[in-house]
Amino acid sequence: MPRVAFTPNLERHLACPPRGVTGATVRAALDAVFAENPRLRSYILDDQDRLRQHVYIFVNNDRIADRERLSDPVQAQDEIYVMQALTGG
Amino acid sequence: MNDRLLLGTRKGLFDLRRKGSAWSIANKAFIGEPLSMLLRDPRDGAIYAALALGHFGVKLHRSDDDGASWRELAAPAMPKLEDEAADGKKAPSVSLIWSLETGSADQPGLLWAGTIPGGLFRSDDRGESWTLNEPLWNVPGRDSWFGGGYDQPGIHSICVDPRDAKRILAGVSCAGSWLSEDGGASWRQSAHGMIAEFMPPDERGNPNVQDPHRIVQSPSSPDVLWTQHHNGVFRSENGGTQWQEITSITPAKFGFAVAVHPTDADTAWFVPGVKDECRVPVDGALVVARTRDGGKSFEVLREGLPQRDAYDLIYRHGLAVDETGDRLAMGSTTGHLWISENGGDRWTLTAANLPPIACVRFA
Repeated sequence: MPRVAFTPNLERHLACPPRGVTGATVRAALDAVFAENPRLRSYILDDQDRLRQHVYIFVNNDRIADRERLSDPVQAQDEIYVMQALTGG
Repeated sequence: MNDRLLLGTRKGLFDLRRKGSAWSIANKAFIGEPLSMLLRDPRDGAIYAALALGHFGVKLHRSDDDGASWRELAAPAMPKLEDEAADGKKAPSVSLIWSLETGSADQPGLLWAGTIPGGLFRSDDRGESWTLNEPLWNVPGRDSWFGGGYDQPGIHSICVDPRDAKRILAGVSCAGSWLSEDGGASWRQSAHGMIAEFMPPDERGNPNVQDPHRIVQSPSSPDVLWTQHHNGVFRSENGGTQWQEITSITPAKFGFAVAVHPTDADTAWFVPGVKDECRVPVDGALVVARTRDGGKSFEVLREGLPQRDAYDLIYRHGLAVDETGDRLAMGSTTGHLWISENGGDRWTLTAANLPPIACVRFA
């Protein structure tokens, strides 16, 4: 079960503790989180469900390649980190 | 007079109250977060705060207890396009709530929001949900709208006619001004008479390319509207369908802000800057230009304002006049707040260390 963790800077806006979810892609994993925490979606994705410009996602140590569809695959043991970029502050 | 002033700044909301003759910060919220717009709804007392979080997008909050607590609402969002994959990065997403206005007294709960990338949104439930105004989004020539200052076009001014709330004018940078007379069901371009010096000669009179920085409507004579445009001042006397350039303003015709007197349509205030390539006060002296004769002449008001080495810029929503027309407030990019109690004749520095101020509204 992949584990999704969010930048602590999001905590000033809403609670989003790390959690394990099911899903074979970054999109599926995030959708599972958003299903339980709908307000979180607009903090991570824009109106077209693309990754926001100043948000980065890493799967383990690698930045994801597909910022639009979030189709990067994830395995059961993977860690998905949702970070804020240094730009955009 | 309004004894309350709300400021939306680069790093939070500040709620100022006047006690005796002194203003002080009575409350603050969202410290550290950028605010783009504020609105206090006189119909029900609700306060709305629009945020533009650098990383996490546009957010909208409402307070139903006069600012003691806030609740996040759904922010205006562009409809998700089904063919977004094919359209790629062109598919729109709201990046800024640039204007927020109420409907009329007999339209409780109705709000309008103007955004970048140029979408006008309507809420009928006090901001709980928002719908894009498709007729304006899809007007012919919409693809030719362009950004002014920002990368994408934006709606910074929404004038709801106090005589008829179905008559709505939206000011767009850059696409002129758009007028609806049926509550938003249809729209027509209305920036006729504005001149865009930044365009090639044959295009300068094209209303679709005009960059009105801010448009305000006289509450007492709603046929009169004033515009601080990218390259000058314009006034309309027929409800914003035809505009005349006002050339008497001094010391410069460039600026962002304009405010109109609540009961005298011939009185308006502007804050000139050098020009578009040099957005600072002329000669380092911050001044307010006031006309009291419909733009035939202007007075330059300096008393109480810094007259040397001042580089304050007043953004388009950074100047406000209260319900009497005597009290004005002006907030700058340098975090200075000035208030005048006598129509701009004399100003008092009320705060000097605020974050850059985007929005000033009496409440």
